[in-house]
Amino acid sequence: MSTPGLYHLLFVSTALFFIGMYGFFTRRNLVTMLMSIELLLNSVNINFIAFNKYLWPNRLDGLFFTIFIIAIAAAEAAVAIAIIINLYRTRQSIDVQATETLKH
Amino acid sequence: MPNTTLVLLIALLPLAAFILLGLWGKKLFSQSAGVIATVLILAATMLAWYTAYKYFFVYGNTAGIYQKIPLFSYSWLSFSPGMSIDMGIVLDPISAMMLVVVPFISLMVHVYSLAYLKGEERGAVYYAYLGLFTFAMLGLVLSANIFQLYFFWELVGVSSFLLIGFYYQKPSAVAAAKKAFIVTRFADLGFLIGILVLSSSANSFDFATIIQQLGNPQQAAAQSATAASFMGISALSWGVALVFMGGAGKSAMLPLHIWLPDAMEGPTPVSALIHAATMVVAGVFLVARLFLVFSMSPAVLQLVAYTGAGSAVFAAIIACTQTDIKRVLAYSTMSQIGFMMFALGISGKEGDAALGYTASMFHLFTHAMFKALLFLAAGSIIHFVHSNHMSNMGNLRKYMPVTHGVFLIACLAIAGIPPFAGFFSKEAILLAAFEQNKIIFYTALFTSGLTAFYMFRLYFKIFWGTTQSDYHSHGEGGAAMLLPLLLLGVASCAAGFIPFGNYVTLNGAVLPLHLHIGFSVAPVLLALAGIAVAAWLYKKANSRPAKLAAFMGSFYKWAAHKFYVDELYNYVTQKIIFNLIAKPAAWIDKNVVDGLVNFSGNSTVLASEKIKGWQSGKVQQYATYFLVGIVVLAVVFIYLRK
Repeated sequence: MSTPGLYHLLFVSTALFFIGMYGFFTRRNLVTMLMSIELLLNSVNINFIAFNKYLWPNRLDGLFFTIFIIAIAAAEAAVAIAIIINLYRTRQSIDVQATETLKH
Repeated sequence: MPNTTLVLLIALLPLAAFILLGLWGKKLFSQSAGVIATVLILAATMLAWYTAYKYFFVYGNTAGIYQKIPLFSYSWLSFSPGMSIDMGIVLDPISAMMLVVVPFISLMVHVYSLAYLKGEERGAVYYAYLGLFTFAMLGLVLSANIFQLYFFWELVGVSSFLLIGFYYQKPSAVAAAKKAFIVTRFADLGFLIGILVLSSSANSFDFATIIQQLGNPQQAAAQSATAASFMGISALSWGVALVFMGGAGKSAMLPLHIWLPDAMEGPTPVSALIHAATMVVAGVFLVARLFLVFSMSPAVLQLVAYTGAGSAVFAAIIACTQTDIKRVLAYSTMSQIGFMMFALGISGKEGDAALGYTASMFHLFTHAMFKALLFLAAGSIIHFVHSNHMSNMGNLRKYMPVTHGVFLIACLAIAGIPPFAGFFSKEAILLAAFEQNKIIFYTALFTSGLTAFYMFRLYFKIFWGTTQSDYHSHGEGGAAMLLPLLLLGVASCAAGFIPFGNYVTLNGAVLPLHLHIGFSVAPVLLALAGIAVAAWLYKKANSRPAKLAAFMGSFYKWAAHKFYVDELYNYVTQKIIFNLIAKPAAWIDKNVVDGLVNFSGNSTVLASEKIKGWQSGKVQQYATYFLVGIVVLAVVFIYLRK
């Protein structure tokens, strides 16, 4: 049994990315869309880790970036949830169509 | 030496009156505005007379020559070394002489207006404007720099505009104010170009430097300025001719005189101050100030002389036919300024030939006194009769004895009857003309006869004849109206006895004015004849004037219509300039310039209408745009840009 290589990892991250994108485009529930964004971010994280490990194994830039993204994602999730809660309070709905008032 | 602070205060006190009354007059001083302004002007007059006295009798004269004393100079705007606009004060014979005239007339008008404008709601505004005018006029005569003079020149124009239009509810007053401003402003365009031509030749804006550089044929600057030519005329001639254009506009010389008769729409005391005694002589003053430069161009001096003489006789003829008392006086002002102007034009530089210069300044001085008197007396009459028209007046000597007396004095003075003021100055002008230019001399002689005629026509029609209506009016007006009349009456009697040639001459040295008894006979007899004819025609109501008018036929009609100059201007501006220049320009503005602006606006609106649907508010749609953008960028960077 061989250990997974760079391509395996890239495959996982690409699959994750497109799953997330699919979710983002098709779901109407804002919480689900937020979860899809988390998937997108995590696929990027996997990319960073994989390239860091296989291209520059003796450096830590990719790891740092990953940790940074996780921190940002946590903050972003907090903000997004707050927005969603407020939206629910005013619209009694967390459907994305309830937000379509800011337009031309 | 002179005290600079005191001289500065002369001009700054009226400015203080303007600021004080202009800012807080309506709220704080609506009742006391006149008194405040009068007190300030009184102080300025005292200082001015003190300064003039000191100049003429204490420090001005060094070794028999009156010096030009620059008092101070503050470099305000500097272009290059030598070329700077300074704010300065210079005392010389003519500015000291104007220091006697301007504040005095202004003071008389201030006092007179206390009664004349009693109960006027906007009295504070009126006095504020008077203060602005007095400040500007004093600044003008004291200017040491030609650009500084230009500023004050425009300031007197503005204050004249404001005062002519003081009764702004009257459309005719508004039109007259606009006309005065536009005509003089048009002339000032020439003045400005003239200033630039002269100062670039002399490389300075300073009067003393300009005169020193350009007024002396030996100077290199003067030689190059007379050599350089444009359209066959030297730069120097262009410069002084254009400066003269400005002077002619302000002094209502032919053909820029059209604003002066209309300016009579303003309050009568204003006409006395601005349009008779002070502002309208600014043009004469300007020519006198730059006389040495003017004398470098004999052709322009000829132009000055013939313009002056032409205006004198032209205005005198029109004055004979006018029926509005103030308009007669306006044309008489124009005629008298014509006398001053041609006296400068025929004057020479050296010795006895410079008599014209002194005579012109002398006439300016005496004219200010008796013409202010005439206007203030006319104000009293209008106040009494409530009309400007001679046909509503008659037999007023029974009702207004004091006004009658001073009006008679002023008429005798302007007619040139000895021993009143006008006699001496007019004799000096005629003598100078006799020695220099016979054509102008005979024109002037004829005009002075005509002057006597039309002034006494006015006099007899107002004060003699029959009572036209029951003037159930108040009396002659209070002390505030009579005092200025009496003081100016005394001045009109006495001003002629001043030995003017001892004080105001071109080179500062004494130029005694001799009175040739033999020479004076002809003008005086002619004036007496004019008076006699006026008495014969107008002392008692009769049919002779109408017959004479019929005998003169179309000439009378032309004169009564002011020789159709206004109509000519209207034709040129409305038919030619409006149609050929203004209308095409308006078309281009409306269609081309506005079209470009409208096109850019309309196309922006149109484009935004088309694309505004893209902002749908749908988050997922935005994400799609984003994705498409990323894909395009990826394609571009990966495949197209290797």
